[in-house]
Amino acid sequence: MHPAFSVIAFTSLSGMGYGLAVVLGVGLLNGASLGGQIGYVIALLLISAGLASSTFHLGHPERAVLALTQWRSSWLSREGVLAIITFLPLGLAALGSLFFAADWQPAGWLAAAGALATVYCTAMIYASLKTVQQWASGLTVAVYLLFGLAGGLLLASGLAAMDAAMVPADESWRGLLPLALVALLGGWVAKALWWRRAGQEHSASTIESATGLGHLGKVRLLERPHIEENYLTREMGFRVARKHAVKLRRMALLFGLVLPMVALLIALFIPDGFAAVLLLHAALSHLLGVLIERWLFFAEARHTVMLYYGDERA
Amino acid sequence: MTSLPQQTDKKLGLVIDLDICVGCHACVVSCKEWNTGGYGAALSDQDPYGDHVSGSWLNRVHSYEAGEGANARVVHFPKSCLHCDDAPCVTVCPTGASYKRSEDGIVLVNEDRCIGCGLCAWACPYGAREMDVAEGVMKKCTLCVDRIYNDNIPEEDRVPACVRSCPANARHFGDLADPGSEVSLMVLARGGFDLMPEQGTKPVNKYLPPRERPAEPSSCGKRSASERESTADATGFFRWLDQALERMG
Ligand code: SF4
Ligand code: SF4
Ligand code: SF4
Repeated sequence: MHPAFSVIAFTSLSGMGYGLAVVLGVGLLNGASLGGQIGYVIALLLISAGLASSTFHLGHPERAVLALTQWRSSWLSREGVLAIITFLPLGLAALGSLFFAADWQPAGWLAAAGALATVYCTAMIYASLKTVQQWASGLTVAVYLLFGLAGGLLLASGLAAMDAAMVPADESWRGLLPLALVALLGGWVAKALWWRRAGQEHSASTIESATGLGHLGKVRLLERPHIEENYLTREMGFRVARKHAVKLRRMALLFGLVLPMVALLIALFIPDGFAAVLLLHAALSHLLGVLIERWLFFAEARHTVMLYYGDERA
Repeated sequence: MTSLPQQTDKKLGLVIDLDICVGCHACVVSCKEWNTGGYGAALSDQDPYGDHVSGSWLNRVHSYEAGEGANARVVHFPKSCLHCDDAPCVTVCPTGASYKRSEDGIVLVNEDRCIGCGLCAWACPYGAREMDVAEGVMKKCTLCVDRIYNDNIPEEDRVPACVRSCPANARHFGDLADPGSEVSLMVLARGGFDLMPEQGTKPVNKYLPPRERPAEPSSCGKRSASERESTADATGFFRWLDQALERMG
């Protein structure tokens, strides 16, 4: 599938933003502190930037509001509705944090629930597509949720360390580190399983079932409908990434897993100020890793349409 | 509304005969000709006179080879929207632009509501939907809804353009919910089948398989050159000519 940058940026940025909103909402990062205030600003910025970029690939962004109408059947519509609804408690909690230096727990909890539900819907857009076998799995949902949480926890632990650096003797923030580690490892275990499944399981559809000509023997494409590329082959027949998949997976693992993990382990033992700087960099590294992973998520995916263009299986 | 109707009164659709199709692309061209001036936005082309021409089409003909060696055969394969009963392209649409009509089962896009997100094209296993790059809206086969109910054109033209134009009569239009309709009888007689039934889309359109062929003569490829060149079975004028030329030495 063609990896549209706007969609990759949207899912990665908003995923991290929603993860941070969850951590803030359930009170793991104190919304009343300076770190919490910065956290709310970052979460809102990440989510808004993600949502804005998701409209860039639309043919008619001016009608985007219509996308809120079909929540009964469409995961894309549900995602839109939940994203908007979540802005209410999230905005309220941010208001309390920024202007009243207070942690308004009920709003925070609602925002956390909305954030999780929104990421769930985003993942379900892909996980519900039977046409792309690699995506159609609960693992897709697990990866989206855990990567979002891991990113949020990394950011939050950096911000909490920053708070702690200003109020010495309060070391409770270090409790966030094991949580971040668990989410990080959980996310990559899910992703490893996802990759394994993608390599082993193929769609039940083949060039034979697509053409219904299997009873004649092996089916081969003789001629495409047209010589040049078309919308379908450009959108569903993207091939560049598969060639470099191994290299890109290693890069995703380095930035998304190894560097943040090392940072988390070191942060356990160094003074608060240094830990803050280190962890914020780890969060950036994680975001980079997720961006690469998300790019592969699209670029490596095979769509059944390509069976009609000569692929033997999908 | 992108929820699917419980059931549709009719199931209008196409039956495509893979035995007969000669791969001339007449249906491809007439489909584009009719629909670029009909329902919704025109079907644009990009770089139409350049090196990399590309554009939106609602119907395309692929060509396949199936089987091995002397028994391999070429099958031309026209493909347009199959107007699926369980159309995944409809339920994923966030805006309600995509819908399936409860009266006749035709799957359509209301282009005024379409935001051009492209998700429906991802959800269709068959590649029956193409985004129009110039208009930014999704295009698909309309089953020529503006012909089949059109009182302003002669009655014989009230069938889809692709059906009307096929010189080999390989495309047929009718109600597949009516077991007595011509198309239903054809499907029954010839063993009409669904494309990718495992995708669970329950297509309305059906394909008729290529007919069985007599096996190749068993001597094929085993005769010597002189046997293959033998003129012993010539008759009439050619027999006389053969012999006359023979006599000339
Ligand atoms: S063929 Fe594709 S576009 Fe047509 S109804 Fe079926 S799923 Fe939808
Ligand atoms: S491209 Fe248009 S018709 Fe297709 S899902 Fe998006 S809004 Fe609906
Ligand atoms: S029914 Fe009409 S729109 Fe559909 S493929 Fe045939 S000519 Fe094209």
